Amino acid sequence: MSVDAATVRRIAQLARIAVAETEVPHLQGELNAMLAFVEQLSEVNIDGVEPMTSVTPMEMKKRPDVVNDGDIPDDIIRNAPATDDHFFLVPKVVE
Amino acid sequence: MTDLTSLTLAQARSGLASKSFTSLELTDAHLQAIEAARVLNAFVMETPDQARAMAREADAKIVKGEGGPLAGIPLGIKDLFATKDVRTTACSKILGNFVPTYESTVTSQLWRDGAVMLGKLNNDEFAMGSSNETSCFGPVVNPWRRDGANTTLVPGGSSGGSASAVAALLCMGATATDTGGSIRQPAAFTATVGMKPTYGRCSRWGIVAFASSLDQAGPIARTVRDAAILMRSMAGHDPKDTTSVDRAVPDYEAAIGKSVNGMKIGIPREYRLDGMPAEIEKLWSEGAAWLRSAGAELIDVSLPHTKYALPAYYIVAPAEASSNLARYDGVRYGLRAPGRSVGEMYENTRGEGFGAEVRRRVMIGTYVLSAGYYDAYYLRAQKVRTLIKKDFEDCFASGVHAILTPATPSAAFGIGEKGADPIEMYLNDIFTVTVNMAGLPGIGVPGGKDSQGLPLGLQLIGRPFDEETLFSLGEVIEQAAGRFTPPRWW
Repeated sequence: MSVDAATVRRIAQLARIAVAETEVPHLQGELNAMLAFVEQLSEVNIDGVEPMTSVTPMEMKKRPDVVNDGDIPDDIIRNAPATDDHFFLVPKVVE
Repeated sequence: MTDLTSLTLAQARSGLASKSFTSLELTDAHLQAIEAARVLNAFVMETPDQARAMAREADAKIVKGEGGPLAGIPLGIKDLFATKDVRTTACSKILGNFVPTYESTVTSQLWRDGAVMLGKLNNDEFAMGSSNETSCFGPVVNPWRRDGANTTLVPGGSSGGSASAVAALLCMGATATDTGGSIRQPAAFTATVGMKPTYGRCSRWGIVAFASSLDQAGPIARTVRDAAILMRSMAGHDPKDTTSVDRAVPDYEAAIGKSVNGMKIGIPREYRLDGMPAEIEKLWSEGAAWLRSAGAELIDVSLPHTKYALPAYYIVAPAEASSNLARYDGVRYGLRAPGRSVGEMYENTRGEGFGAEVRRRVMIGTYVLSAGYYDAYYLRAQKVRTLIKKDFEDCFASGVHAILTPATPSAAFGIGEKGADPIEMYLNDIFTVTVNMAGLPGIGVPGGKDSQGLPLGLQLIGRPFDEETLFSLGEVIEQAAGRFTPPRWW
């Protein structure tokens, strides 16, 4: 399988990455090279094989559903690019 | 004082315990070495004040006889580990000036045991790379050069800063992470020892995530013993990582010097690639001969799905990365590029913040997970992964204790030499990536040099949670091959 330019634009949009129109042909080439490389997997017989879900045979650990951390709003917003009174600021969502 | 940097970690530990020198002296010697080696670009952040404060604290504890297992030992930390109040970037522009308010579990255990932090080490952006050329801080230079040449070579990646700093005697050991070979490949390129533990052995909490089902932290050090000493402090159960295994941490150092007599060592025929350089072939047979003289039995084994590990990896790892890296949205931390709407702000931030390799992998990961392609790519790759793991299980079930392979298909290459074709770069990990896909432990140990004087490494692959056998076997190789230090030119 290979991707066309429109698919490259759609993937970029799904991944929320701005891609300049001039970069599309280059990216298309790279993505197709990767897809050609992984194409060899289609020759493997996977009939009746379970997909791997956990590399080590272990049961998912669970912790008690209790609050064990908190009251650290200053820590949480410390690295935010834009905040106001312990809120994250984003561009206007609703006009 | 400069020669303090040439001690091994184990020697420094004895010197500190016998009060031959202080941690402050040892730390200062390393800080000077780091300053003199800035041309290597191994450190992206030096923390001399913190290092001296930690050294003084360690000295005070040593005097009182309360020093921990790593008391006063200066280490470097890969910039993928969150360090409280010290900038942590994963060497990506998108994390900008991120300063964690918490400490990763692995590093917190090193500090608990008395180690001293010298600074943060360079790596490929988000650990995606095999040459340390994708870092937003620029490439790391390998302290090794070809005989009689001054071409700058890559140290491998993604833990290139860790490997370069340890090889150049800038720190006594370093933390590193390995998703497809990022500990073992740079170790091979720099004549250092790198241990990638069993998945779940070290906590991933506080380590910037790349591909969560493959990522594991481990040490890079100058000797097998030093790697074993570091492993004991880095490993252990952490309730904050649900994939961390609740299992006692053995005294790995006790495995050093243990007899390997009678052990069965597998030589997998699928690792003998067409067109493999004769020097790699020679290194591999030498490694086998050393283990044989130590009493091990070498047997030919087959791991039939080996060739599918790398392509399956390039579906699974980017898929997980595309999900993990969704968090970089310009809202909660890191870079923000303005946009007229929230959506445009996300796109601009991620377009500006991610480098070319990261963008490529996030996009391919997004594609293989997208509607209509999930079954054909992602699900198929996860089934192939089951088969890869089964190959190893069958091999170990037949009585094999460990598997010996070359660590890399070549020695270090020049900066800028590879990369135009991403696949060519990916092939660096052909011998190491199988281990991550199967969640197994693997150690890279220096085995010799090629005809141009560059280091080559051997890899030993072990049974799950049997790092000890790898340390015992690694020690045999180190004793036979010797240790290699790059001549200082910087």
